[in-house]
Amino acid sequence: MAPALDGPVQAALVQYLLRLGDDRLVLGHRLSEWCGHAPILEEDIALANIALDLVGQATLFLGLAGAAEAAGRDADALAYLREAIDFRNVLLAELPKGDFAFTIVRQFLFSVAAYYRLEGLATSSHGDLAGIAGKALKETRYHVRHSGEWVIRLGDGTSESHTRTQAALDALWRYTGEMFLADDVDATLVRAGVIPDLATAEPKWLAQVTGVIERATLAVPPSGYMQRGGRTGRHTEHLGIMLAEMQILQRSYPGAKW
Amino acid sequence: MVAAAHDLAAVWATLEGVPDPEVPVLSVVELGIVRDVEVDADGRLTVSITPTYSGCPALQVIEHDIRDALARGGWPDARLRTVYSPVWTTDWIGADARRKLEAYGIAPPPGRAPRDSGRDDLVLLQRRVPPVACPYCGSHATTMRSVFGPTACKAVMYCDQCRQPFELFKAI
Repeated sequence: MAPALDGPVQAALVQYLLRLGDDRLVLGHRLSEWCGHAPILEEDIALANIALDLVGQATLFLGLAGAAEAAGRDADALAYLREAIDFRNVLLAELPKGDFAFTIVRQFLFSVAAYYRLEGLATSSHGDLAGIAGKALKETRYHVRHSGEWVIRLGDGTSESHTRTQAALDALWRYTGEMFLADDVDATLVRAGVIPDLATAEPKWLAQVTGVIERATLAVPPSGYMQRGGRTGRHTEHLGIMLAEMQILQRSYPGAKW
Repeated sequence: MVAAAHDLAAVWATLEGVPDPEVPVLSVVELGIVRDVEVDADGRLTVSITPTYSGCPALQVIEHDIRDALARGGWPDARLRTVYSPVWTTDWIGADARRKLEAYGIAPPPGRAPRDSGRDDLVLLQRRVPPVACPYCGSHATTMRSVFGPTACKAVMYCDQCRQPFELFKAI
């Protein structure tokens, strides 16, 4: 069992775990929208597999959040019975799936950031958090490879795929800054020694992402204003619509099992 | 606790008889899913298991099958505990189990699980991978069709020699 934490640290831990879980639940659901629609069968299976990994990671992180919160909510209650305003995912995760280039570029930008965050969290002093992060890290390595190799193929492919991939990169870039925002939640956990300081994740991410973008003959968008809000529950209108579809069964038939 | 020690061997033997639902040629013990078997202070049995992949849909079936086998073996009140560290790896699949996988038509994990080498090699279009032998004809002239296969733990391969598609248990 994890050692007992002070009240404010425990509250920060719940928020942090919700952020980790919600990023993966929302992005996993977006990816699952490709099921049966991907360009080729192998890619359909790949996107469904990555979605399954993300939803599985979300289940573990949300389960841990529910246990830390100690209010009787399990992973299912947190996933299906919260309103959009209670979700803590980054805006990047909730944007509609777009075309294949948009989905792949988003997956790449997210997976690389997730990779360096999980690498740090795998050394957390919180045993279950470290273990789940370590497992997710192994899965994320495959996601980074898969999406990164697609970015290179699409960017350095036909003029059509190049144009679409650059457009996706330009549209998504302003949503990337939020993945590295550190607020009181992060600071509280770092001070308490629960998680390491993850300030190096952003430069590592930028170096990795820049390398792939250049190999893909694409241009790194200029740095500029970064969107934010998801971590405090201020979401785009897209999240509510997604949740309506994701939650309708449990909302209509509470407690339904099959 | 001599009696308990005796019981534990029987528990392990029972668990070795529980097949993995996706890879029924291997038991949950051979796959490394069962991590520990203990008798608690109150005399109840606790079996620790660890998930393979975060989203493995077979995990609930595995838990059910383990409870069922333990109940039939005379431990109906056994507890199941999920542990997350150390993190599950295909490195735990032993030589015997690898041979069973191959005989079943699934290529065993090639080499050891990938580790961070500190090198910036996350994204490469061409990756040096250990050769994978076709489980049907033994040829090493095989190609990976997709890293992501019909289950989270498997990739899709193709044998250029006997022209047979086959599955590969991914090293993770």
